[in-house]
Amino acid sequence: MSLGKTEVEYISRLTQIEVREDAVDGVAEKLSNIIDLFAQMEAVDTQNVLPMAHPLDAVQRLRPDVVTEVDQHEKLQAIAPAAAEAHYLVPQVIE
Amino acid sequence: MHNLTIKQMSEKLHAGEFTSVQLTQHYLDRIAKYDAELNAYITVTPELAIQMAEEADKKLADGSAELLTGIPVAHKDIFCTDGVKTSCGSKMLDNFIAPYDAHIVTQLKKVGMPILGKTNMDEFAMGSSSESSYYGATKNPWDHQAVPGGSSGGAAAVIAAGLAPLATGTDTGGSIRQPASFCGITGIKPTYGAVSRFGIIAYASSFDQAGPMTRSAEDSAWLLNAMAGFDERDSTSLEREKPDYTAELERSLDGLKIGVPAEYFGEGLDADVAKVVKTAIAEMEKLGAEVVEVHLPNKDLAVPSYYVLAPAEASSNLSRFDGVRFGYRCEQPKDLTDLYKRSRSEGFGEEVKRRIMVGAYALSAGYYDAYYLKAQKLRRMVRDDFINAFQSCDVIMGPVAPTPAFKIGEKSDDQVSMYLSDLYTIPVNLGGLPALSVPAGFAQNLPVGLHIVGPYFSEAKLLNIGHQFQQVTDWHTKTPAQYQ
Repeated sequence: MSLGKTEVEYISRLTQIEVREDAVDGVAEKLSNIIDLFAQMEAVDTQNVLPMAHPLDAVQRLRPDVVTEVDQHEKLQAIAPAAAEAHYLVPQVIE
Repeated sequence: MHNLTIKQMSEKLHAGEFTSVQLTQHYLDRIAKYDAELNAYITVTPELAIQMAEEADKKLADGSAELLTGIPVAHKDIFCTDGVKTSCGSKMLDNFIAPYDAHIVTQLKKVGMPILGKTNMDEFAMGSSSESSYYGATKNPWDHQAVPGGSSGGAAAVIAAGLAPLATGTDTGGSIRQPASFCGITGIKPTYGAVSRFGIIAYASSFDQAGPMTRSAEDSAWLLNAMAGFDERDSTSLEREKPDYTAELERSLDGLKIGVPAEYFGEGLDADVAKVVKTAIAEMEKLGAEVVEVHLPNKDLAVPSYYVLAPAEASSNLSRFDGVRFGYRCEQPKDLTDLYKRSRSEGFGEEVKRRIMVGAYALSAGYYDAYYLKAQKLRRMVRDDFINAFQSCDVIMGPVAPTPAFKIGEKSDDQVSMYLSDLYTIPVNLGGLPALSVPAGFAQNLPVGLHIVGPYFSEAKLLNIGHQFQQVTDWHTKTPAQYQ
């Protein structure tokens, strides 16, 4: 199966990854090569097979609902590209 | 000093023949001398290393030292290290100073193991050659034209060249075992959940597993003892009593049943590699083991299944890199969407972007059942093949990779060919099983590893087999001439 410009633009939107106009064909080709690999799966009969999400079929461990984290916002925000007054700064969203 | 085993090193530290500061300085000197040509470290931390070595020497003096106290270690740059750059081989995290330690970093700090630095790797661990690092390719110490394997290529190279006595790695689709094979060192991927993933920058969370990369199986057993164990901060960490991975090292291999899958020796396997692997298995027979034929009929389904599931998990995990909270942010974003899009497009390399896009596509409306769900079903079929095989054998042996290390640049334009080269290692990750790579010989003057796969929680057995093999062979002691 080969992907075209429409699919690449759709994936670009889903992933928030920019694909320049002049790179669309190249990206489409490389992604198509990988997706062709998936075609091998189609012929396999999996009707009675349960999907496997965890190698040991383990279930999520639960813990008491108590606070375990301490407030470290100063330390954690010190590495942010832009932060002020305990907030992360981004370009204005609402006029 | 750098040719000693970890046990010998420890004995000499405890006997006062040299100090941790002297040992650590010896490795720092070797790094200063050789790393420029290998590019195996992204960051070297000499001041931190010496400061930690001084603390280790105090422990050695006051009698509170353990076996690994004072022995330096190199961490793959995927493990968060408090106050030290943790880049994951990406421009996205080139400015990221981790604000906390990964669980295994904490564990090894507690023991008193000085940190030499952070090793090079494929960007976000997505690769089999360490060529996709933002910091440039690492070279194989055996042949500077060849790749060291990946994604833990830097870790394998520093062990092979004697630029660290011990290293940590992670293995999502073969990233410990394949570089171990390519560089002639020993590496073990433990059972999924045996080592905490807390503080490992996530690629594909249902596969990612950390493990030791060392000269010998015995060294790996000691390091795994310090790395493994339950951690409540990792929701998939296994709550079970931690075994002593060194306990079975000296056990005889008498009566061991080795399953050899006929499928592993078919088309595509380099003849010289096949010869090395078969010779190694024959050596095991001399040690008392018995070979039985087993079958893994679904092995060819592993690679397509993995390349749906791992990118799908990656597309979700890597959505956190948005230019807002940490990491790279583009210059002068004009609005929020522009900030997200340009930060991600400029911060990620090509292979990472490709895998995120493939993963998002596989998860998108209309394709979920055909790709993601189907791949999860195949994952069970591949895992069940192993479970069935282990009814008639104790472990499975075969090649780690179909060829010895390939040349730098040889496969970098052909992703699918690179993906297919992981056909022996990926099934093990799908199953969450433990597996070891031990040096078993040479093909075309490059090292070749023997792959030993075991049932869940058989790490001590795998290390026992590796250790017994290393008592009668000397492949693991070979070092490239210029790094002796």
